Amino acid sequence: MNFETVIGLEVHVELKTESKIFSSSPNHFGAEPNSNTSVIDLGYPGVLPVLNKKAVEFAMKAAMALNCEVATHTKFDRKNYFYPDNPKAYQISQFDQPIGQNGYIDIEVNGYQKRIGITRIHMEEDAGKLTHSINGHSLCDYNRQGTPLVEIVSEPDIRTPDEAYAYLEKLKSIIQFTEVSDCKMEEGSLRCDANISIRPIGQKEFGTKTELKNLNSFNFVRKGLEFEERRQIALVSAGGKIEQETRRFDEASGKTILMRVKEGSDDYRYFPEPDLVELYIDDEWKARVRAELPELPDSRQKRYVEELGLPAYDAAVLTVTKETADFFEATVREGADAKLASNYIMGDLSAYLNAEGKELSEVALTPKSLSGMIKLIEKGTISSKIAKTIFKELVENGGDAEAIVKEKGLVQISDEGALLKVIEEALINNPQSIEDFKAGKQKATGFLVGQIMKATKGQANPQLVNKLLLQEIQKR
Amino acid sequence: MSRISKEDVKHVAHLARLAVTEEETEQMTKELDAIITFAELLNEVDTTNVQPTTHVLNMVNVLREDKAKPGLPVEEVIKNAPDHEDGLIRVPSIID
Amino acid sequence: MSLFSHSIKEIQNLLNSKEIGVSDLVDASYKRIAEVDETISAFLTLDEEQARKQARLLDDKLSKGEGVGPLFGLPIGIKDNIVTKNLRTTCGSKILENFDPIYDATVVQKLAQANTVTIGKLNMDEFAMGSSNENSAYKNVRNPWNVNHVPGGSSGGSAAAVAAGEVLFSLGSDTGGSIRQPAAYCGVVGMKPTYGRVSRFGLVAFASSLDQIGPITNCVEDNAYLLEAISGIDPMDSTSADVSVPKFSEALIGDVKGLRIAVPKEYLGEGVGEEARNSVLEALKILESLGATWEEVSLPHSKYALATYYLLSSSEASANLARFDGVRYGYRTPNSENLLDMYKKTRAEGFGEEVKRRIMLGTFALSSGYYDAYYKKAQQVRTLIKKDFEDVFASYDVIVGPTTPTHAFKIGEQTKDPLTMYANDILTIPVNLAGVPGISVPCGISKEGLPLGLQIIGKHFDESTVYRVAHAFEQATDHHIKKPQL
Repeated sequence: MNFETVIGLEVHVELKTESKIFSSSPNHFGAEPNSNTSVIDLGYPGVLPVLNKKAVEFAMKAAMALNCEVATHTKFDRKNYFYPDNPKAYQISQFDQPIGQNGYIDIEVNGYQKRIGITRIHMEEDAGKLTHSINGHSLCDYNRQGTPLVEIVSEPDIRTPDEAYAYLEKLKSIIQFTEVSDCKMEEGSLRCDANISIRPIGQKEFGTKTELKNLNSFNFVRKGLEFEERRQIALVSAGGKIEQETRRFDEASGKTILMRVKEGSDDYRYFPEPDLVELYIDDEWKARVRAELPELPDSRQKRYVEELGLPAYDAAVLTVTKETADFFEATVREGADAKLASNYIMGDLSAYLNAEGKELSEVALTPKSLSGMIKLIEKGTISSKIAKTIFKELVENGGDAEAIVKEKGLVQISDEGALLKVIEEALINNPQSIEDFKAGKQKATGFLVGQIMKATKGQANPQLVNKLLLQEIQKR
Repeated sequence: MSRISKEDVKHVAHLARLAVTEEETEQMTKELDAIITFAELLNEVDTTNVQPTTHVLNMVNVLREDKAKPGLPVEEVIKNAPDHEDGLIRVPSIID
Repeated sequence: MSLFSHSIKEIQNLLNSKEIGVSDLVDASYKRIAEVDETISAFLTLDEEQARKQARLLDDKLSKGEGVGPLFGLPIGIKDNIVTKNLRTTCGSKILENFDPIYDATVVQKLAQANTVTIGKLNMDEFAMGSSNENSAYKNVRNPWNVNHVPGGSSGGSAAAVAAGEVLFSLGSDTGGSIRQPAAYCGVVGMKPTYGRVSRFGLVAFASSLDQIGPITNCVEDNAYLLEAISGIDPMDSTSADVSVPKFSEALIGDVKGLRIAVPKEYLGEGVGEEARNSVLEALKILESLGATWEEVSLPHSKYALATYYLLSSSEASANLARFDGVRYGYRTPNSENLLDMYKKTRAEGFGEEVKRRIMLGTFALSSGYYDAYYKKAQQVRTLIKKDFEDVFASYDVIVGPTTPTHAFKIGEQTKDPLTMYANDILTIPVNLAGVPGISVPCGISKEGLPLGLQIIGKHFDESTVYRVAHAFEQATDHHIKKPQL
């Protein structure tokens, strides 16, 4: 029997506002335990929540970026459950009137395009963090309590773990472009739970789904889904039944392990939050927020391909982060050739940042300086080989390409006369190479080029050298 | 006909995290049953197309500017805590 | 004559003419408490050292001519569900027996700005759930008019303290009648303002969509001054209304000519005792003699108010009280094996019976499968109840009726059956459901010697008219002058 896998993803994204969603406590990662809390976060008797305007607008931006319909009427509800990281014993969330619905994102996986639906996006507050003490006790840090979150629920449109991976990458990229979140799984500003089920191909009804937790990277999401998919297929093929379970992904073994069986759904006893009034988001407010949205990845990709003539691959790579895309566009705006700019950013720059473990914002290279260097290459003032030295200088110490070229005397030698002299010299000193060339060994010119480059300290114009060398060697 | 059974009461007590003895469960079942039966008086009222009231005043969009204020000193946070360790609040072990 | 028999205005005169100092007022307060509080148990915590320190500070200001404001130097009691920084706040419950708040409620901050002196925290039904102050985890409050009778609840301590002359005035809270009913039972003036008039920040929530803090005083004018001082929009309370605060004291012009009074037939009918009914009819005669007119109207959904209230308030309360879980503050059971055990025992041991009963009812009403039939239905009926009031107010200025069906009942008389106890609030509950303001003023003494109250209900944010009517009535009678012989 052949099975189809059905996957749905629930992603929580922390919004990077200055203060928390319902209190004015600082919204910062990594502070000393319980140093960013207020009586409101701690759920003291008598406290009341007050909604952060920016959190609402960030949520609206996320909804718009994901092509959702932004609600005109939206409200908060209490989700009631007891847990030590949940001070009020209810979480203020959204139940039946979320801020966004019916959206989608387009992904590309293994060469094909697919649209994944987004059921809803809603706002809620984050809980505190629990750690465990030696003798089994649990310890609570409420710094994170009250951090504004949006929960993004996908339609069960995902069919493979690879699609899940692509969805997450694209989602992260889009949200990151809106600048409402850093989307860093390592810091917890992006979290993912997955639901997966299988069904015989052709069956309309969904099979029983299991929920996967503790997926701490996109890779682990994929691995966890791969394992669970195999497990479910093996179980059903052997005549077994899938139980509705919550399973924990174990990184060391790559397996999913049973956490608990879900007996029916949890009764959260949702009811409308009486301490917060409703939100009425009119068209004007929506328009204002929409106008603040930066151009998103898909739109930019299209533009790079259609207007700048870049290959689709380049466009895709350049638009993974807003930082890179902005840098690229600024470089082109400064006058650089788009393809060359793309090459340098995707190639040398990327390699440097990876090797040094740095962020784009941490290097001295600017769009202006990169553009300057590229323009010199286009003009022929320097060769791409020379550019390598200049590039490193610009990245590490900044400055201006033209100035560096002047200072270090790196102007490419394109004077035919001067080159011919050097070529002549090389030919005289290497008669064996001439012989080799005549004997049909094309590689002989390579050696000679090397000698010429050495003699000119790498500044000879390589195209010209090749042309003239061939010209001269054939005369011999 | 009783509106709430002993089983219901035990389930609700669990949801509300209240320990109840057998005796208390019996007593509560009777009392709650009486109250809920009384509450069904509301079934007499025709509420077709009537909007539920969550807020008695018609207010919308009460919002706060996104400005951070410093958090409480940790000593204040743990001041009333029954048990704490290194500035963290401590609770007995959680069994899932 | 006790200092506290004077009105605020009279006391301010005494202070300004240096006949007395703030310290004298504070002295009088603690002296009276020492005399009578053993009997009536109105106070749970006294803050004597701090109060005397504050009195000295204020006397100093007074001597420098800085004694400004109508509430300057006046001793006040605060219901124990209003959070006071560094002053134990218990909500009448064991679960907060040693709770030492680290912040002040907004109304407490406003009182500080008005330079009142906090004498202590007042006894109440646990978490404001009750109508007799027999649900306090500590002690029952007794009615100063007859100590074998209840003072009413849940602000029993707040009303009794004022009636007994322990403080000049107090703050209570009202969710279904908890200011007005004890005010009626104790023969004092109690006002529940419009929902949203006074900030709820720092009021330990019982039912968030119904709760309001309000003043309990000896006379209407005092009440107006106190409400003025504590009212106003609060950035810490999203449900506080963005409306200006009128000078309520200036509404007391004594003129009710042409005032149109509505008297709901449901408020004088079945369930209301004869004495209560007659006291209201008497009051209406007096108001007529002052130039007002009255007509009988109907609030057709009145009979559904009780059920609506109990479903809604219990549901909200079940969520509001869930934070008392022994984790961050309050009582935690000393013997537990694990977290679940800790939760269940803490809450079972820390909460009293009535509180547990309402938490259970509320949890049930919200639970899966029952939400639509109970919670949602109640919310819909609430809409109809509110509309009843709005329809009447389209043609009338105020609604008048008895505050309670009878005078204060005996201690222990109604504790056997929760439903019987709940019925004491049938006249006050609809007012909270509609969110409109309502005041209770003394309007007579029953044959047994216990006070009766007249309730005057106004339009949203029209406390001024309510006060005007209440004041005119008060000044035309001598009910407010009568004091219990304690």
